[in-house]
Amino acid sequence: MKDCVVVINEENTPELTPDRIITQTRILKDEGFRFVTMSSTDLGDRICVLYHLDKDLQLINLKVEVPKGTKIPSICSVYASAVLIENEIKEHFGVEFDGLSLDFQGMLYLDEEVQKTPFCKIGINRV
Amino acid sequence: MARTVIPFGPQHPVLPEPLHLTLTVEDEIVKEAIPKLGYVHRGLEKLAEIRDHTQMIQIVERVCGICSTLHAMCYCQGIEALMNVEVPPRAKFLRVIWAEMHRMHSHLLWLGLFADAFGFESLFMQFWRIRERIMDLQEATSGNRVIVSVNCVGGVKRDIDAEMEKWILDTMKIVEREVLQLKSTIMDDFTVKRRTVGIGVLSKEKAYEMGAAGPTLRASGIAQDMRQTGYAAYSELNFEPVVETDGDCYARTVCRFNEVFQAIDLIREAFAKLPQSELAVKAKGLPNGEVVSRVEQPRGECLYYLKGTGSKYLDRVRIRTPTFANIPPLLEMLPGCDLADVPVLILTIDPCISCTER
Amino acid sequence: MFMTKNVLKNLMTKYATRLYPFKKRETFKDVKGELKIEMEKCILCGVCKMRCPSQSIAVDKQAKSWGVDPFSCVYCGICVDACPVKCLYQEGLYRTPLAEKDQVLHFQEAKSEEPAPAP
Repeated sequence: MKDCVVVINEENTPELTPDRIITQTRILKDEGFRFVTMSSTDLGDRICVLYHLDKDLQLINLKVEVPKGTKIPSICSVYASAVLIENEIKEHFGVEFDGLSLDFQGMLYLDEEVQKTPFCKIGINRV
Repeated sequence: MARTVIPFGPQHPVLPEPLHLTLTVEDEIVKEAIPKLGYVHRGLEKLAEIRDHTQMIQIVERVCGICSTLHAMCYCQGIEALMNVEVPPRAKFLRVIWAEMHRMHSHLLWLGLFADAFGFESLFMQFWRIRERIMDLQEATSGNRVIVSVNCVGGVKRDIDAEMEKWILDTMKIVEREVLQLKSTIMDDFTVKRRTVGIGVLSKEKAYEMGAAGPTLRASGIAQDMRQTGYAAYSELNFEPVVETDGDCYARTVCRFNEVFQAIDLIREAFAKLPQSELAVKAKGLPNGEVVSRVEQPRGECLYYLKGTGSKYLDRVRIRTPTFANIPPLLEMLPGCDLADVPVLILTIDPCISCTER
Repeated sequence: MFMTKNVLKNLMTKYATRLYPFKKRETFKDVKGELKIEMEKCILCGVCKMRCPSQSIAVDKQAKSWGVDPFSCVYCGICVDACPVKCLYQEGLYRTPLAEKDQVLHFQEAKSEEPAPAP
């Protein structure tokens, strides 16, 4: 079996600091990796953001953990297709992305009257 | 000429899906397209917090009707990896058979809708009539026409007996013959070619860079198919991805059309190699850990990220569906095309907005 | 002229579709249709209620009743598989459409079957 199921552990998923994410994805893009998607989880007071990239069906995950409501750099400048998922995470988890090429202002899925981020266990106020 | 802004969708005569696009046109040529989602957002991922991990199978099946069994399969695959369950070989093959039947009915549905998009109503009826045979097979084998609820953690729930096997193989012969009859109509027709050839070209590099998935990616000349990873029983079957090189609407149609025959071949091969064993093993314990599971749906690669914390309830279920990945390439294709070609172009990525928004 | 063959063939053959209200399709075996219960076998254990993904089953031990909301049931068949005494079964036919919502409620003794008013 190649990479249809990947169990994430410390060995195959390096944890990065938010400021290194653009450099790291650019290195991987130059190696020929394709952007698959991003995932996010609520860890209580922090949000874990995972970047999934693949090349020849080999999946690579990068992990970034940030406190709730903070800003992390957007990777739109590296992978333009990340704009939709970054907007989704911004809406559902309240993580702000710096440098979005197309900002839906939190209205990709939700409406203005939604006050709290819906996918967090304890929602934080939406901007 | 001045720029005009045209709101396209969410309700549009040719568009079966609630997708909204704000199109900026200049002389009927599209210059810019901005999507707006959120018309069918249901928050199914959030339900993981109040439904336990076995009930989630029924919920993920309802993310999308057309690829329901593949959603359940992807989810079960992930949970089985977390709980260290080895699926019995017969269950693996049966999963492949149901998955390929799903692929066939999805592609036939799409071919019909595509014919309908450029106004070829009778071809639409013909494709859907063939599709009805597969729906009957699904109803007889699993109990439901569309939501084939056969997957469970550790295997499958129902068996296909010898009598049913003969019926399926006979139907495959009929379907193959009938689809072949329609081949010249959709492939060589002058009108169809004028509406599809050279329209919405997505180059190989762009498709890869924008993260396209499924037939949209393969029609641009990249042989990437999740079935190559050999999940379920695909590692034991003779499988080569269908690839087209042109990257236009016609290539995407041909790609899906040929995948129907590939699915027929895979079903035949799976029946020839179908081993005898029990159908499911009992899964013990509770899911703990994080896993990423991927399968190939009719529309492309689907990714599940599951996180369990050792309790009955999963901490997080994240679903990335193929249409979500195919929207950025669509926005790449749209600028430069005629306004009249927009519905055809949108349909060639096989959009499923219910999938996208979950 | 080249269509003559097709026209004649279509005139001679039967309808492509079924003449529905007069001729109905036979249902297949083991189709997941309407959920039914053999109330005398039921032990009111509540496993079906716990396993139901859409939470459409209500079991009341005090009143000795078992009820299902057919409008939220998704016909998945989980309860049928889970039932320890196999008193649940699914019939091949689907429910016909109704103008108003109703609930199916069964009692174990005396009153055998009685539709309750909508909540």
